[in-house]
Amino acid sequence: MRQGAMEVESYDEMLQRVKDKKEGAFIPFIVAGDPDFETSLEIVKTYVENGADALEIGFAFSDPVADGPTVQAADIRALNAEMTTEKGFKFISKIREFTSIPIGLLVYYNLIYKMGIDRFYQIAKEMGVNAILAADLPPEEAQDAVAASEKYGVQQIFMVAQTTSNERLTKISQICSGFLYVVAVMGVTGARKDLKLSTVELVERVKSHSNLPIVVGFGISKPEHVQNVINSGSDGAIVASAILNLITENLQDKKMMLDKISAFCHDLKAATQK
Amino acid sequence: MITNGKFGKYGGIFVPELLIPALEELEAAFLKYKDDKKFNEELDYYLKEFAGRPTALYYAKNLSEKLGCKIYLKREDMLHTGAHKINNTLGQGLLAKYMGKKRIIAETGAGQHGIATAVVGSLLGIPVEVYMGLEDVERQKLNVFRMELSGANVLPVENGSRTLKDAINDAFRDWVASVDTTHYLIGSTMGPHPYPTMVKHFQSVIGRETREEILQKEGKLPDTVIACVGGGSNSMGIFSGFMDDKEVELIGVEGGGDGVDTDRTGATLCKGTEGILHGSFSFVLQNYDGQIAEAHSVSAGLDYPGVGPEHAYLKVTGRAKYDAVTNKEALEAFEMLSKYEGIIPALESSHAVAYAVKYANIPENKGKTIVINLSGRGDKDMFLAAREMGVKV
Repeated sequence: MRQGAMEVESYDEMLQRVKDKKEGAFIPFIVAGDPDFETSLEIVKTYVENGADALEIGFAFSDPVADGPTVQAADIRALNAEMTTEKGFKFISKIREFTSIPIGLLVYYNLIYKMGIDRFYQIAKEMGVNAILAADLPPEEAQDAVAASEKYGVQQIFMVAQTTSNERLTKISQICSGFLYVVAVMGVTGARKDLKLSTVELVERVKSHSNLPIVVGFGISKPEHVQNVINSGSDGAIVASAILNLITENLQDKKMMLDKISAFCHDLKAATQK
Repeated sequence: MITNGKFGKYGGIFVPELLIPALEELEAAFLKYKDDKKFNEELDYYLKEFAGRPTALYYAKNLSEKLGCKIYLKREDMLHTGAHKINNTLGQGLLAKYMGKKRIIAETGAGQHGIATAVVGSLLGIPVEVYMGLEDVERQKLNVFRMELSGANVLPVENGSRTLKDAINDAFRDWVASVDTTHYLIGSTMGPHPYPTMVKHFQSVIGRETREEILQKEGKLPDTVIACVGGGSNSMGIFSGFMDDKEVELIGVEGGGDGVDTDRTGATLCKGTEGILHGSFSFVLQNYDGQIAEAHSVSAGLDYPGVGPEHAYLKVTGRAKYDAVTNKEALEAFEMLSKYEGIIPALESSHAVAYAVKYANIPENKGKTIVINLSGRGDKDMFLAAREMGVKV
C-alpha cells in the first residue's frame, strides 16, 4: 500500500464510534522512536491491539519545558536512538500500515518552524496525521500554523487549563479544531497519585463554553482516573507518563515491557465504559 | 497580553497555555509599576544604598595610552554581588513584592544571577529557590555556598545536559505548577514577553548613567559602545542609552568558545539560526531538525545556546553589530586589564575587553572614544583562570 493511502478515521468518527458503545476514548501516548524505532512501533501495535481509540505521538525535543521527567527521559532515549523529524514521519507512515485510528502529533514548535511550517503540515497530512498540537504555541502565536493546518486539512489542537479564563476559552475554541486538550493538573506531564476534584469542575466549565469534543490529559495514571474524567463528561483521556514508566522500568526485557503495557492498556480502556 | 512583546518579528510568548495568565499578570504589573512614583523611589533607594549605584565611568588611562584610543570602563563590577545582575533582581524582586508573591524562583548558570536573586530575597523577605544544573553545582560550589548563606535554597537539576538551559527548563516547569504564589525571576533579556522588555527596563539604568557620565567627561557621545552578550542583559542595558544616537556604534561580543567555526562555541548570533527556545523567537544554536545544541564558553555567563530577541532584531536591522572572541582571547584580556589597570574583570566582561583591544588596533579606529561595559568582576573566576593559566592556587 502507498504511504498514507489508507482511509484515515477522523476524530469525529472515532468519538461517535465510542459514544455509540457508551464509552469514552482511550488515547495512549508515545514518543516516536522510544526506546528505539522498532520497539516503539511494537508498543504502538500493543496500544492498538489493547483498545486504543486514537494515538498521541510525540516527536522528541531537546528542551521539553511542558513535560516532566518521564517524558523528557523518553525524549532523550529517542534522540539517543537517532530519531529525527524525518524518521518521526516515517514512524507515522509505518503506523498507518496497520491502523486507521486518528493520530495526533504532539510537538514543540521549534521542530515545526525549523522544517518550515508549510512543509511540516504538508508532510504530516501525507503521512496520515489527523491533528497537530504544539505544546509551546499559544493562540497568540499560532496564525501561521493555523493557516497551514487549514490549507492541508490537518486539525490544529490547543490546550486549555485551569488558569484559562472563560473569555480565553471561548477564543481558543474558535480557532481549535478536532478536540480541545484539557490539561488536568497545574503543572507538567507526569504520573500522579490523585486526580483532583478541580479536574471535574474544569471539564464542566470547558463544556459550558465550547461545543468541541474534549479530551483530558496530564497526570492521568490509573484506570480510576480514566473513569473519573470520562464520568465528568470528557470525551476521552490521554495517558502518557504512566505508560512510559513501564517502558523505563523494563528496558532490559522487551517481552515483559510489552506484556505489562498490554495489560495496563487493557485496564485503561475498560475504564472508559460509561 | 496588552502589548505583543515583539521586536520586529522576534520575541513573543511561545509558552504552554498554563503560563499565559501568569505572563498576563506580570505584564500588567510591570506596566503599572514601571512608572509608579512610589515603586521607583523604593527601587532607586535600593539601587543606591544596597547595590551601590551610580557606578563610575572610569577612564582607563594606561590601557588608553597603550591602545591609542580613549577607553572608558562602565564599572558595573563595583556593584554589590559583583555584577550588573543586581539591577534586574532588585527591580523584579520589588515587583514580586508589589504583586504579593510569596516565593521567588530563579535559574542560574555559574551562580551570579542566583546570588543576586538570593540577596534580594533576604532584603525583601521573600523565600528564594534557585535552579542550577548539577554540573554547575559541582563546578561552582563556592557560589552555591554563597546563595545558601543568603538564605536561598539551591535545587540541583539532573535533567538533560545539567547546565543553564536545563535549569531554565526546570524553573519553567516549577512555575507552570506554582504560578499563583510564585514569581519566576529571569536573569536576562530572554524568555517570553514581558521578560525581554522588563529586564531591559531594569538594566537601562546602565545606559542612562553612562550617557550622562560620558557627556560630562568628554562633552560628546562615545564613538563606540562595546559589551558582552550571553542572554544579553548588560549589553541591552548599556545599548539602551544610545539606541537613538545613530552615530554611536554598538557592538555585542559573544563567547566564541574554541572558535565560531568549531562545535564548541556560544556565539548564538554569529553562528545560530532563527528558532524558538525558552519562550521567544530569536537566534539559537541548533541542529538541522531544530534540536537545541549545547553551547560552550569558558565564561559560564556566555555559555547559552539562545540570545535575547531584541538582540536578534538589532542584528538584522544593523543597529548593532555582533562578533565573537575566543576563550583564549578573553583570558588574555582578563590578564591584560588586571595588569594594566588593576581591575580584574569577570570572564564574561573580558570578552568585551578583548574585542575592544582588537578594535582599537585597527588603524581607522585610532583615537576613538570607546566605552566598555565592565559588567562584572573576576573574583568568581579565580580558580578557573588560574587553572587555564597553569597556576596552582
